[in-house]
Amino acid sequence: MSRFAYCGVLAFIVVGSVWLEVGMRTRVVARWRRFLLAVTPVVATMVVWDVYAISRGHWSFSPTQTLGALLPGRLPVEELLFFVVVPFAAVLTLEGVRSVTGWTVGDEPVVEAGERGDA
Amino acid sequence: MTYTQIGLAGVIGTVLLDLVVLRTCLLRRRVFWAAYAIVVFFQLLTNGVLTGLRIVRYADSAIIGTSTPTFLGSGRIAWAPVEDLMFGFTLVVSTMALWVWWGRRGVQATPSAGPPRPPFLALRRWFDSHAAGGSRPPGPEGSAPRRKGDGQAA
Repeated sequence: MSRFAYCGVLAFIVVGSVWLEVGMRTRVVARWRRFLLAVTPVVATMVVWDVYAISRGHWSFSPTQTLGALLPGRLPVEELLFFVVVPFAAVLTLEGVRSVTGWTVGDEPVVEAGERGDA
Repeated sequence: MTYTQIGLAGVIGTVLLDLVVLRTCLLRRRVFWAAYAIVVFFQLLTNGVLTGLRIVRYADSAIIGTSTPTFLGSGRIAWAPVEDLMFGFTLVVSTMALWVWWGRRGVQATPSAGPPRPPFLALRRWFDSHAAGGSRPPGPEGSAPRRKGDGQAA
């Protein structure tokens, strides 16, 4: 069972954050195309970093605590999923805080200063 | 390059991405810092498992600390190398900035987030009446529209 250790951490991150979509109406899942556009260049960059770090021996992964499925560059499949799951949880958190506080994030429609757009 | 050096480059690149390239300026918004505080808490928790159980192992030569996981000290925080905080910052903040940037460009800007569903709606109600300075009437509306010049002094 220990080979599911990394998968377990990924599952915890998903379960710990995806409820915000319902509870806080974060609407990140509903806007999945926007999320994919945002995360794709980040995944690409992080994979390059990761493969370089693996090749230089900066870090390595426990063969007994991962599935053992390696992508090109000896990248464990869990690591690729990590680069999608963690940003997903982060965007859910950002939208969750917006939902609770009403604080602006910067993508709201622009209204003239002084105009009561929310009245 | 070492992990420390790449990590610093990642942080600098991400700050420039947010403030200069995309001009999303999330780093100047309180909504970001509140969200990031939550993210870092869970990063320390989950990454503590990944590093403490040695699911991920690090080379002495690549990090400030050593390859032996320590809860605190010798270049480690909650078992993980401090460099992981730079790695996480790069991963999380660049995605958040791109998320806002695409929304600003009109890609699925709506449906916007909020309000929370009951029972969490009580959090929003509490916030509207206590923490928001009373400028916004409490109610089930979504997020407030952005005003010109808004966010700089958030």
